[in-house]
Order: sequence, then structure tokens, then C-alpha cells
Amino acid sequence: MATENPHVDTTTGTATTGHEWDGIRELNTPLPRWWLWTLYLTIVWAVGYWLVYPAWPLIASFTSGALGWSSRGAVVVELNGLKTLRAPMNTKLAATALGDIKADQALADFTYAQGRAAFRENCGPCHGAGGGGAKGYPNLNDNDWLWGGTLEQIQQTIQFGIRSGHQKARESQMPAFGKDGMLKRDEIATVANYVRSIANLPTRPGADLAAGKRIFADNCAVCHGPDGKGNREQGAPNLTDEIWLFGSDEATIIETITNARSGVMPAWSGRLDPVTIKALSYYVHSLGGGEK
Amino acid sequence: MTAGTPETPAAACHDADCGLVALIRSAEVKTVEPKAVPVVPPLDQSADEWDDAPLYQARRKIYPQRVSGTYRRIKWAVLLVTLFVYYLTPFLRWDRGPNAPSQAVLIDLSNSRFYFFFIEIWPQEVYYLTGLLIIAAMTLFLMNALAGRIWCGYLCPQTVWTDLFQAIERFTEGDRRQHMQRERGGWTLERVARFGAKHFLWLMVAWWTGGAWVLYFADAPTLVHDLATLRAPFVAYLWIGILTLTTYVLAGYMREQVCLYMCPWPRIQAALTDEHALNVTYRYDRGEPRASVKKSAALLAKGLPAGDCIDCLQCVQVCPTGVDIRQGPNLGCIQCGLCIDACDAVMTKIGRSTRLIAYDTDLNIQRRKQGLAPEYRLARMRTLLYVAIIAVVGGVMAFTLITRTAQSISILHDRNPVFVRLSDGAIRNAYTVRIANKRSERREFTLSMTGLAGSLLDVVQSRDDGRFVVGVGPDQTREVRVLVTDYADRPAASTPINFHLYDVITGERASAGDYFRAPAGEAK
Repeated sequence: MATENPHVDTTTGTATTGHEWDGIRELNTPLPRWWLWTLYLTIVWAVGYWLVYPAWPLIASFTSGALGWSSRGAVVVELNGLKTLRAPMNTKLAATALGDIKADQALADFTYAQGRAAFRENCGPCHGAGGGGAKGYPNLNDNDWLWGGTLEQIQQTIQFGIRSGHQKARESQMPAFGKDGMLKRDEIATVANYVRSIANLPTRPGADLAAGKRIFADNCAVCHGPDGKGNREQGAPNLTDEIWLFGSDEATIIETITNARSGVMPAWSGRLDPVTIKALSYYVHSLGGGEK
Repeated sequence: MTAGTPETPAAACHDADCGLVALIRSAEVKTVEPKAVPVVPPLDQSADEWDDAPLYQARRKIYPQRVSGTYRRIKWAVLLVTLFVYYLTPFLRWDRGPNAPSQAVLIDLSNSRFYFFFIEIWPQEVYYLTGLLIIAAMTLFLMNALAGRIWCGYLCPQTVWTDLFQAIERFTEGDRRQHMQRERGGWTLERVARFGAKHFLWLMVAWWTGGAWVLYFADAPTLVHDLATLRAPFVAYLWIGILTLTTYVLAGYMREQVCLYMCPWPRIQAALTDEHALNVTYRYDRGEPRASVKKSAALLAKGLPAGDCIDCLQCVQVCPTGVDIRQGPNLGCIQCGLCIDACDAVMTKIGRSTRLIAYDTDLNIQRRKQGLAPEYRLARMRTLLYVAIIAVVGGVMAFTLITRTAQSISILHDRNPVFVRLSDGAIRNAYTVRIANKRSERREFTLSMTGLAGSLLDVVQSRDDGRFVVGVGPDQTREVRVLVTDYADRPAASTPINFHLYDVITGERASAGDYFRAPAGEAK
């Protein structure tokens, strides 16, 4: 009887492989034959795959396959598809004046989305993904602008950059008052305290603010204005507000006066197409600080 | 066939003589135990013979015999209803107005919408699918706890289409014995014609199956017209081709192999069943020992035991998966109940009471053996729990569906920068607000904010008319940038605030909460 055969499992009636481990035996359940054929079919499929798709590495290249497919080529096809899809809106954007974009809801939403994508890719490395800025790199969300915050002024900055070497770049140069010997150390400390006083920041006890005011009028007022409110023609920051690009503590201000500051922003007109720059201008203007 | 021949029943029945009449006349006593173990030829101890054991086995072809009875009628009814629903649902219309499709059931992949009669599901509402899956799983468990593999036997697409294909096979190539005889007779012209007709009909059914599938993904009448005039997108033809092929192969050739080797459910259900779950059961307490009609009469005359089973093998021959139900619960048994019909027909013919095979439990067999009344416990902890889970999940889904609004608002706080200090020292937070309009017409909403006294709200994209009005197109969402500026002297590090959305015409509203962040403890 089956139950007496030591090589047939009594519960299932299936023969075992005859191998035994601690009294446990392996059932020899045969697989269905179609399963085997499916395996062979996948092997044949793989051979077909080698022939039509890039597969085998050669010494300096690889077999490119009959279809000529490549992942790079696939990306190009997808990008071209996107360009075709966006072409009508991009054409409309190119033909619309910066100030008129907001009136057209669909165009405005499209421009904002285009600008955001372009910003993260091109501007994010310095200004941060959301335009939050960093020390030396302006925060674009606030309402303080070195060179102006209207749509046109923002567009001009993006196009030609700041101290970028482009012939239309925004240019200005703060003198290094300390390094070049124009002011002495104690004079710099005095004027630094005066600058803090006009920004409503506490000053060092005993600081001679009247002397500071004189030094400021002689050296700084040319660009920053007699009241320190800055001058956008020169990119000279307003020294009386709460926004400090490099820092407002005494040591930082002394360092700024001693060595000067001159941030650089590249010109984007050669790198990005005019429509993208337009979208970027609209996006940056929409971040919160845009001016009319 | 001789007594005690160690062959599996189906294999033993390949000769034409083993029909019903011949078996009833047969006078041999079967001594097979109720849970008989198929005998495997003993293997030699030597290693060579072990290694020669086959690793792969050919499929044993099954010729299920035509049968009629209660369960066959149920199966026909289920087959008709399910296929009717499947083939015709895409053509049902449902008026949703001018900006929405008029198909009652539509999966609109390109616009990410699912339409089901009066319900329109957006991608973010995919939790309804989760709910449906939970209900589906629990219903499956409940069916299993009540009466075994109801799903497998009656409702599974694999069963329904295989049933249809087998009916076509019997229609063209003849019932079990004719079919087997024709196959033995070689390729006569008639067989070629019958064989060709079968595959033609199979392919037609398979093609319609694939064709109906793609209609769920586009406007059905338009797509049918486009398909007929060869103007439909390539992907439609591709999917029709794929589903034609899978239907043809799975229902025509793979059949029970799908249940035996591919489907995980037999394994899962085996772990979920219990002793009270009704299953298609051979009542061996009544059936054993097996004997032909004559032999059992002789045995009974001598005062020896004789069971009701006359070993006619009808139950095996009608089985679509080729199992012998008399061997007890079986992985291959999809519990379609066709063996019950077959056995009932035989029992009626020989004048014995029906339901020798029936929906029953092994527990009841033991109880009857002990002279106890059978007990059926459909309402027990397990089934009640399944029903409760189905009711709770269904209730939650119905509640969310009823209280669902036609507009929604979601807030995303800027992360870079979290807050901005303005030149006058005020703190500003920026939010990306997404407004969803789930109606099929354009609507305008006003946006307001509460929770931060003395602060200013600004919606960058809104019209400059004092109120912040944002227009959103039909069945669309729109993203706007919202600025909140706080002039407080010492703002808290984090203040909960709420944004409110109002439809300017209907006054319908939606709200969402977020936080206003500021540098902790710093004076402005």
C-alpha cells in the first residue's frame, strides 16, 4: 500500500525526492510542462530583445539594436512633445507685454508655472529653490530691491546680470574704504555705529554718532544718499530698513566698509531664451515683493 | 476496470464503456477509502532512479461532460448576467451636462477622472478604491466562511469565460465522449471543420472581450465607430489584441491550470476556512462503501454494509478541473457544484435520495456518524465580523460620498523661506493654495483667512477689487499664491490659522488649516 512506501508522503500521496533532513522530506511535485515552455519562450524573447534594443557592450561602444532606440533619443522625443504641447501658450507669451500677462488668467498661470520651473533649475543654486536667498544672495520674497522691483527692472537684471561682464550689466563698485586706506580703523568703527543708529539698531556706548554722521556724509552719502535710504540707480542698498544682505552686526558692517561688497549675478540673455526670461521675471515679481 | 486498480479515476475512464449505464450495471465492489491516497509506483532506492523522476508533467486534458441541474442553472444565470453587464455597461449613458462625458461608467485616464453614474472620482479620492478593495476582500472572506469558494465556482472571470469556452467546445466538438472519440479518430474532414469552428467562435468571444474592455476607457459609441473605420488610436487596437490573446489562451487552453498554478486565492482560502464553512462535500458517511446497484443489493441482502455511491464517476466526468470530490477537500476543486448536479441525476435515476454530494461540512458527517443531527452555523464570530467590517467600511464610504463637497482647498506653506522679514520689519508667510472646482461649470471663489488678528491677506493672482476673487474653470483646480503679513510686535513662533473658500454665488464653502511661522521670540 501507498502508506507503507517510505518514499511516498502519506498525507499528499506524492512521491518524495528521497532526500531527508532531520526527518523532513521534500515532495517531488512536478511542475506543469507549459511552465517550462514559458521559460523557453522568455529566453527566445530575450534573444529578440538583444537584436532590437541596445544590449551588448563592445570595446568602445555597444550593439545599438535594430530599432535604433536610445534613452537619450527617447528624452529628446518627450521634450519635443512637450515643446509642441506648450508652443501655443509660449507663442502667446512671447507676444504679450510683461504688464499684460496678469490680465489673462490662463496665460498668467502658465507663465507662473514656467517661471517656477525655470527658477528652480537656474536661479535656485544661489537664491534658493523658493527664492529665500542666503547671506550675500538676496531674498527675492521680500519687498526690498537693490536694483528695482518692477517687472521691467527684474527682467533687465535677469537679462544682463549684475557686474556680469555683459556690456549692459548693472554696474557699480563700492570702494574698499579700509583696505584702500580711505578711512582709518577707528573712523570705520565710528561710521559703522552711525549706520546702526540710522537703522534703529543699538550702538556701542560712547560711540561718536556726530562724527559718524560727518564721515557718512563725506564718504557714503554719494551712493547711499544723505539719509542712508540707498539709491537703486547704483544698486546701493537702503541702510535704514530691516533687511541686511550680509548682516547688521557691528563686526559685519565694519568688514563691509573695510573690504567693500560687490555681488555678481550672471547675465542670462545668452543662456535662456527671451520667453523663459519673461516667465522668470513674472514669477520673481509674483513671489511677494513685486512693485508696480 | 478491475477492482483495486491503482489508477486515478479520470485516467481509468478513458474507454468508451465507462458511461453511466455501463457503470450502473457493473457489479464490482470498490474498496477505496474516502480519502484514498493515489498510489505512486514504489521507487528503487538507487540514486539513478531518483534522478530520473520527471521534473515536468504534461497537462492532463480534461473533457468536462454536459450536466444539468440546480447548480448548472445558477451558473448559466450568473454567466449571462456577468457577461451582459461586462459587454453592455460601456454603452449606458448618463447626462452630466455640457462639460462632462455622458458615459455612465468611464475611466478617463488622460483627464484623471473616474465616472460611475452620479459619482465622479478625482485622483486624490483614490481612497474610495482602497475602500472598495477592503469590501471586496471581506466579501471574498465572507463568501468563503459561508459556503467555500463561491467566487471561484461561479463568479471568477476565469471560471465564467472557461465555462463559456467549454460550452462552445461541447457545441462544436461534441460532448465528452464524442469529443474523445473524434480525437482518437484522427484528422477527418469533419473534425477539422468542427475544430476550426470552435477556434473561430473562441476567437470571436475573445475579441469581443478585449473590445469591450477598451470601451471603458473612452466614449464607447465614438470608439466603436473609430475602431470600425480604423481611425482609433493604436493603443486601443493593442489592448484589444492583448486581451483577445489572454482570453483565448486562458479560457481556451490554460483553464484549470490558472486555478492550480497561477491563482493565489486557493492557498489563501485554504488558510481562511474553518470547520463550519459549507463546502462541496462528498458525504462519505452515506456513500461508503461503494458498490454498484446490483452488488449493493446483494450486500444488503447478506446484511453487509453498502453505501449509496455506485462509483459511476459522473462527478469526476463533469468536473471542469478534473478532481474527484470523493477524495475530500481538494486544492483543485473550485466548488462549482456541478458534481452535485451530476450525482443528483444518478441518484434520481436509481431511486435513491439526492445530495450524496452537497454543500456540507466534515463536522456534520462526523455528527451523523455519531447519530447526531447536523448543525449549520452560518452566523458565527467570523462571519459576523466580516459583515461588520463590510458595513463599517461601506458606511464610511457612503458617509464621505454624501458629505463630499463640490469644492476643496489645500494649503502648502512655503518652505524656502519659511518666513520673510520685510523692510519695515513685518513678517510675511507665503502659501501655495490649490482650489478645486469639482463642478462642470466655471465658478468664482473668494478667499479669506482667520486666526491672526491685525494681519493682511494678499492673493497674488486675484483681481484687485478689495475682495480676493479667484476664478476656477470647470472640473479643474487652480493654484494661487497667498501672502499673509503680520505686523504684530512680537509674533509667536507658530500660530494656527485657517483659510476659507466661499463660492461667490452659492455660498458653498471649504476650509483648511495651516500655520503662520515667525522667528521665535524676536522683536520686530
